[in-house]
Amino acid sequence: MELVCPAGSLPALRVAVDSGADAVYMGFKDDTNARHFAGLNFNDRKARQALDYAIDRKVKVFVAINTYAQPKGWKRWQEAVDRAYDLGVNALIVADMGVLEYTCNKYPDLALHLSVQGSATNHEALKFYHQNFGIRRAVLPRVLSLAQVKLAAEKSPVDLEVFGFGSLCIMAEGRCYLSSYVTDESPNTCGACSPAKAVRWEETDLGRESRLNDVLIDRYQEGENAGYPTLCKGRFKVDDHVYNALEEPTSLNTIRLIPELSAAGIKAIKLEGRQRSPAYVEQIVRVWREALDTYAVERDNFTPRGEWLDSLSKVSEGTQTTLGAYSRPWQ
Amino acid sequence: MAIEHLGYLVEQLNKFGDSKPVKISVGPILYYWPKQQVLDFYQQMLEAPVDIIYLGEAVCSKRHELRTDEWIELAAELNKSGKQVVLSTLALIEARSELSGLQKVCDNNDGLLVEANDMAAVQMLSEQKLPFVCGHSINIYNAHTLRILQQQGMQRWVMPVELNRETLGNILSDAGEMGFADQIETEVFSYGKLPLAYSARCFTARMRNLPKDDCRYSCIDYPDGVAMQTQEDEKLFTLNGIQTMSGSCYDLIPQVPEMVDMGVNVVRVSPQSDGTEKIIEQFREVIDSGKSETSLIARQHCNGYWFGQSGMDQVLDTAV
Repeated sequence: MELVCPAGSLPALRVAVDSGADAVYMGFKDDTNARHFAGLNFNDRKARQALDYAIDRKVKVFVAINTYAQPKGWKRWQEAVDRAYDLGVNALIVADMGVLEYTCNKYPDLALHLSVQGSATNHEALKFYHQNFGIRRAVLPRVLSLAQVKLAAEKSPVDLEVFGFGSLCIMAEGRCYLSSYVTDESPNTCGACSPAKAVRWEETDLGRESRLNDVLIDRYQEGENAGYPTLCKGRFKVDDHVYNALEEPTSLNTIRLIPELSAAGIKAIKLEGRQRSPAYVEQIVRVWREALDTYAVERDNFTPRGEWLDSLSKVSEGTQTTLGAYSRPWQ
Repeated sequence: MAIEHLGYLVEQLNKFGDSKPVKISVGPILYYWPKQQVLDFYQQMLEAPVDIIYLGEAVCSKRHELRTDEWIELAAELNKSGKQVVLSTLALIEARSELSGLQKVCDNNDGLLVEANDMAAVQMLSEQKLPFVCGHSINIYNAHTLRILQQQGMQRWVMPVELNRETLGNILSDAGEMGFADQIETEVFSYGKLPLAYSARCFTARMRNLPKDDCRYSCIDYPDGVAMQTQEDEKLFTLNGIQTMSGSCYDLIPQVPEMVDMGVNVVRVSPQSDGTEKIIEQFREVIDSGKSETSLIARQHCNGYWFGQSGMDQVLDTAV
């Protein structure tokens, strides 16, 4: 399986390449990609350097243009596609049907991957994107169980990529508006979820409070680990109980499932984290490289090593990991 | 002959006089209600001044008070009323059984129109060259996407709920320039708790500490979903099984005249357990009179999305 690694910046791209990525994915410095954060992503000059660095080392480069183009910004999405083509990237990761159509008409040779934001969770949806836009690969949303991943893989007309590690969306990607309901920016429209501009921290008598556009997301007592106030990971009140009503702050880790994913015919593993530091990227890429290489030689008796799990846990949200939709309580 | 012809003309004129500039639809019931409550609701809807009835399970395939066949039967029955009946489908399709249920709805023998809420449905319907409606969970954010789907057989689209009036206006004017605006109808989710997200996880089962595969159909105890508040008791979201909805009710009644001016063809009311007919009557009044005197602020509802703000905001529309 190909290891697809996050590159939010040139330093992160370099360490991903050096630590064993088969491919890296990146975005431009605007709202055409789903990690539209300040200080992140690539302008033309940096993108050129990134391409040169990766290509010299035989690592593929994918560019994510995976938000939804709105009429006022349509040109920006077109230009992003043109720019990526001119750079000579290996594939585009796209969600919007209009952008997919534009790309496949104008650059029929450019490989298209359906972004996880495209929200295709079954083979019929995959068929649509394949028939209409000739996509070659799709990234599956993190809502499927192993049986469902297997079903999709068995019948999919295109190669499939699944998430291996990183922050966990518990909602079907591309169809979650929780963020725009509270802050006016969503992954689909702006490439941002729970955007930093809306975050406020406050020390109060009741504890340390995190707010998003003034809405209280969580309140921490002394000694508690305070996490970024991502909407779906706060503690809320339901029926007079206060708990993580949607999800705990936790990271997805599917390293144990490498044999099953590989047997299902999954072609690539994606690591999340373009918004994370080069040190983080180095850590997770190195562990996953080692795990995949180990699996290649120990196919029949692969067990994840303790030190891999430890080092991944250390960099996880809330220092805990989950199998997410692959685990039973979700099914 | 001449008199007959005149009679025909009068009939047509009367029809024209009766025709409404904008239609009212009632969306699928997003909650899990007992079967009798569902049947009673649709009996009421036959009497209510709605033009289009969407029905079917759109949220969770585990819900079985009405099975797929029963939904189709009910739809076929309601279709005799003269109202347009549309079979609605699941928004999140993951399992084999969900795909086969979807296929059954798409293949319905009664020739009923289907609302696609996942691209799987778009694929199944377009493959059979059947016309369809795209629901609000199909990501249509620009006129290019709209045209692709129109070419596949889409007759009507429901705007994604997070989009605003300016984007809608731009999409429709682009569609005009691209020459297909008159071939589609535009529907806006105009009243009800907003469907905001779909998950593999069931939040209603989770609140009862039950695994999803043993949820004991908990949703049936919450005919309008479960309120989720902040620790400061601010209404934030509503849990509805695998779906997360807005805490406040979205309300565009005051904006109906504006929507009509923009070329919106259908306004959608999402069913709630009580008072849906009253809401529909309010829409009908505003549509018939062409003006709205309803004060949003008094209603404590939200409308921010329409104005390009946070969805939960309440914006006082000075134009009303």
